[in-house]
Amino acid sequence: MAILKRRSKSEPVPEPAAPSVPIGEGVEIPEHDPLHAYLLQAGGPVDLERLDLASASVDALKAAGSVLIVPLISQGELLGTLNLGPRLSDQPYSSDDRRLLSNLAAQVAPAVKVANLVKQQKVETQQRERIEQELRVAALIQQTLLPKELPSPPGWQIDAYYRPARAVGGDFYDFIPLADGRLGFVVGDVTDKGVPAALVMATTRSHLRAAAQRSSTPGAVLADANEILVEEIPPGMFVTCLFGVLDVDSGEVVFANAGHNLPYVRRSGDVIELRATGMPLGLMPGMKYDEVTATLGAGEVMLLSSDGIVEAHGPGGEMFGFETVQSTVGQAPDDDVIGHLLERFDAFVGTDHEPEDDVTLVSIRRAAGAAESAAVFAGSEDAPVILADFAVPSEEGTERRIMERVAEAVEAYGFPADRLERFKTAVAEAAMNAIEHGNDSDPSLDVHVQVKAQHDTITVAIRDEGGGSGPVAAETPDIEAKLAGEQKPRGWGLFLIEKMVDEMRTHDDGTHHVIELVMHRGES
Amino acid sequence: MREFEADVRMDGDTAVIDMAGLLDRSAETVLTVAFADALDRGTGAIAFNFGEVEYINSTGIALVVGSLAKARTAGRQVRAFGLTPHYREIFTITRLSDFMGIYDDEAAALAD
Repeated sequence: MAILKRRSKSEPVPEPAAPSVPIGEGVEIPEHDPLHAYLLQAGGPVDLERLDLASASVDALKAAGSVLIVPLISQGELLGTLNLGPRLSDQPYSSDDRRLLSNLAAQVAPAVKVANLVKQQKVETQQRERIEQELRVAALIQQTLLPKELPSPPGWQIDAYYRPARAVGGDFYDFIPLADGRLGFVVGDVTDKGVPAALVMATTRSHLRAAAQRSSTPGAVLADANEILVEEIPPGMFVTCLFGVLDVDSGEVVFANAGHNLPYVRRSGDVIELRATGMPLGLMPGMKYDEVTATLGAGEVMLLSSDGIVEAHGPGGEMFGFETVQSTVGQAPDDDVIGHLLERFDAFVGTDHEPEDDVTLVSIRRAAGAAESAAVFAGSEDAPVILADFAVPSEEGTERRIMERVAEAVEAYGFPADRLERFKTAVAEAAMNAIEHGNDSDPSLDVHVQVKAQHDTITVAIRDEGGGSGPVAAETPDIEAKLAGEQKPRGWGLFLIEKMVDEMRTHDDGTHHVIELVMHRGES
Repeated sequence: MREFEADVRMDGDTAVIDMAGLLDRSAETVLTVAFADALDRGTGAIAFNFGEVEYINSTGIALVVGSLAKARTAGRQVRAFGLTPHYREIFTITRLSDFMGIYDDEAAALAD
């Protein structure tokens, strides 16, 4: 006999105890068909021949050769039916037969129900896991893109606050060191969420960084990036973005805006909005972007933000709003505009608030005076900036990807071409060493890479889980012995690293092993 | 970047091995076969053409060293051309250039 699930085909098969004629295709019994209700009410085997019901299913079943239908009912739900054709002996189904069938149905129905539930749960779990996995991947992509440390040029205080909504954000911000003591800064917001948005964010950030080196003014930088992004971004997606350049010495800020929130500048209690407008990136080619210039004097602060704070709703349904942001910035203490704004924000949205959008805040403040400058910023001139920080599973061949990522991270640092080549070789060799020797090419172990910049020096730290194996020394390989067949031809990696970079250091803490590569920018 | 390829052709007495792609661990089989072919085919020098090689790592260096060792056993001279300045530097640092002639191009490599 056959089990059919509700709303799926039934496939009758011969009855084992008293064989009957097999029936071909299955028959659906939709809920609206009178047979459905009839079977639910019958509760036991039903003779089709004696059934007089205006039912498409009955007609179909009869046409298929069914004579007896045994409903499978569990908790008031019709899960399916057992459809039997006539007994081969042509005898009618006896009451014993029917009792047997009813008992069978009573056993089978709950089992079918459980099977259905398990299947449904599996599907839901898979869906949920897929979504979570995508969010995880997107969050990972994004984490590696956001600055790990904030720049601290002498005489300036730069703060940032970032809180993504539901683990994946469309918001991003970036700081781009430029020639002549200027600092580029970016705040942006990609439409949509998930991996596609994170990828658009990555590509936007990358193009902005490149454009910032190529183009001379913020308007040109955005226009430049826009041309490329129009081609690359999926249709329907776009990026709002503000790009500016701070002259650390004069305090002058020039910026251009592609549809992003306007910046505020606070000077002695007044808060003004700086207006530059332009179309978001990625929508249409040939866009031009206005530029606005402002100069930050001692103690003055510029605040950049994203939609998330302005458009957040309080428990009563009202929006936080631009005016509130503006007035809160005005009332904030000198050195903690962001903190004060967040306090006000958290009080407004209340404790049960479910974040609707990412919140990004960046403040750029000029020191109030020489004394403050010296006191606050003493020692912070040496603060390194982290250009990249990421982990990669230890698969063979991944060293080239690591090499490319590190090369991209140091793009803005302007290595002369030959030094960059040496640097890349060293990074690839160190990564390969970590993957193959440190982590035994085990993809479940990660190689962790961090790229740090300080003054004119780049330090790359590559960490594997192969600690405790003793110090590693780069001996000069004996090529003659190798050519004479006395030694294996291998063993060039560590030697090459040492020859390619200015300094190579290794650390071992028993669990992890780290190779540090130090490279000075050098003369062009 | 592409998978490693190596083909052998004769230019007079010299067996030229034209290589392309990534010269790393994945290149071992192809290079070994091509080099054995080169040893079989000629009696003169063997010339590595690195013109289309996009990337060489330390494993690739080891493969070159291994081939060079086999050539020396067979009494054959090895030359190389088509290396970028960066990889020429690496061949110098590793002293490979002490044991094989490094030339600017094919014409120079075959001229001797």
